[in-house]
Amino acid sequence: MTASSSLVYRLGEFHSFSTRDRSFLYLVPAGAIFELDAAAQALIDRLAQGEASPEELCAMLAAQGLPASEARELIAELAHSRVIVAGELPRVPLDDAPPDFPLQTLVLNLTNQCNLSCQYCYEFGADKVATPEGKPKFMDFETAKASVDFLLGQSPGRRAVHITFFGGETLMNFPLLKKVVIYGKERAAGEGRSIDFSLTTNATLLTPAIIDFLSENRIGVTVSMDGPADLHDQLRVFANGRGSYDVIEPRVRALIRNHRTRPITARVTLTSGVADVVRIFRHLKNDLGFHEVGFAPVTTSPNRLYAINDSGMDDVLGQFRVLADEYLEYALRGELHGFSNVSDTLSELYQGVNKSHPCGAALGLVGVGPSGDIAPCHRFVDSDTHSMGHISTGMDRDKQTDFLRRGHINSKYDCHTCWARPLCAGGCHHEAYVRYGDTGHANLHYCDWIRSWTDTCLRIYGTISVHNPEFLRVFAERKALS
Amino acid sequence: MKHLRPLNQKASRIANQAAPPEEDVIALQNPPQAAPKPHIPMGCSLSFSPGWEVDSAGGTAGLCQPVERDIYDCYVTCFWPAQVPDHLNNSPDWAKKCAAATKDWRNLDLVFP
Repeated sequence: MTASSSLVYRLGEFHSFSTRDRSFLYLVPAGAIFELDAAAQALIDRLAQGEASPEELCAMLAAQGLPASEARELIAELAHSRVIVAGELPRVPLDDAPPDFPLQTLVLNLTNQCNLSCQYCYEFGADKVATPEGKPKFMDFETAKASVDFLLGQSPGRRAVHITFFGGETLMNFPLLKKVVIYGKERAAGEGRSIDFSLTTNATLLTPAIIDFLSENRIGVTVSMDGPADLHDQLRVFANGRGSYDVIEPRVRALIRNHRTRPITARVTLTSGVADVVRIFRHLKNDLGFHEVGFAPVTTSPNRLYAINDSGMDDVLGQFRVLADEYLEYALRGELHGFSNVSDTLSELYQGVNKSHPCGAALGLVGVGPSGDIAPCHRFVDSDTHSMGHISTGMDRDKQTDFLRRGHINSKYDCHTCWARPLCAGGCHHEAYVRYGDTGHANLHYCDWIRSWTDTCLRIYGTISVHNPEFLRVFAERKALS
Repeated sequence: MKHLRPLNQKASRIANQAAPPEEDVIALQNPPQAAPKPHIPMGCSLSFSPGWEVDSAGGTAGLCQPVERDIYDCYVTCFWPAQVPDHLNNSPDWAKKCAAATKDWRNLDLVFP
């Protein structure tokens, strides 16, 4: 090794993790996951003590019984994948998304009206960003048609596109939903493409006829629901303060029984009084029969009574881990467990995402409000501050560019040294706006939490990939469907 | 790959990438797909003393020295003499009460000729 004698190797940027008997690393600049053999682990352990030249590394490996030729091969392999690096390696910023990024998903807020009065609602609650005054309360068919045309027009090259119905309470405008499904399918079929639909609902207005329609048209359903009655009824109430559990329970059961064409998902909002994750999961999964249950802490400014404080979030993490361990047991048997928070993370780990932005908002996804205003996503719909054009005139490219520039990982300095950034990319734009008044602010209040949770999911991923790698194929197929 | 087993799609792409010729130092350091670019501070000065800079992310949080320090570069070494009082002739004591710019910059006052 003539020219390399001046090289000095050090560790690249990765996060190590291990399971009972195996060592892995998560290569941060790429989002890649590798399992290490003993020799690679020994070399990394050595470099963790300090830099070393190839000669020193070879000598160390020789002492462990590795012939010089193999040692050099090992070093080359680790250097090739940048697990170890030498010399100057300036930070290479992630590229911007191409300016003509095609749409994939449109979120249609069919109405901004709701028959519930959940205190934490991001559309009506104390931290709302929407300014619906003077705007239409229900979307009309013309606006909805224009939105479908917009989606198809702005998604060149995509074989399949997706529409999510949202509210308010989506089913308060079910007649329009029906028309959009029929119109959308016709238009997409006319172009030889496919379109599929999903909706989020509070389930209060589900009827057998609606359930039949949803099932016949393969419309995915997410029910916003917070658990058994004593938890659900704390914040998910009608305007008179009465809880909604008793109203939705029979409807949810009917939905799950009769809608067989798509998995039915529950989406739980965790608050200070509703954080009993394991009990909520048991009820929704086992008692009611949801296929998947996903949890998210409420988006709120920190001083609200229902905000979860740090110790509350630690407790949530502990309970997430209980369910995650269970998920792993299921996965090793090749069964689906239904805890969405793990599946979602595993799915991203499987692909090896390396995000420039935390989500698809204003990239592959936009929201459209009842008035036809375009927003980065459903959470910003009806907000004048965040409007990004109108469905009749198209996207305001300057506003879109500004939103994407702010939210880009390159502008979030705090994230630049975080190993979880390929997955997190600073976190939800809307959460950042509510917390910090800027959609481009990194969500610093949950960094430790995200890292702990990502580490948990990496361990699960590692264990599955060793003991039941076939299971991970689910995620390849899942992506192909979307 | 022999010692690293790729476990996700991204790792497989790295593994399938043509490995550089053995012991080829240049190739090891500079894979063709990502030629490293030099880090040049964006601002008025390329000298070692930072000028009015932003960091690589376009902000000021990651500068090697606090932005307030730039005041002295304007004042003493005149990168931008129009912006601050003239140290040589008219206002030699302008920064007397400002020992550390990051802490004491509030003591820097207007100058009334």
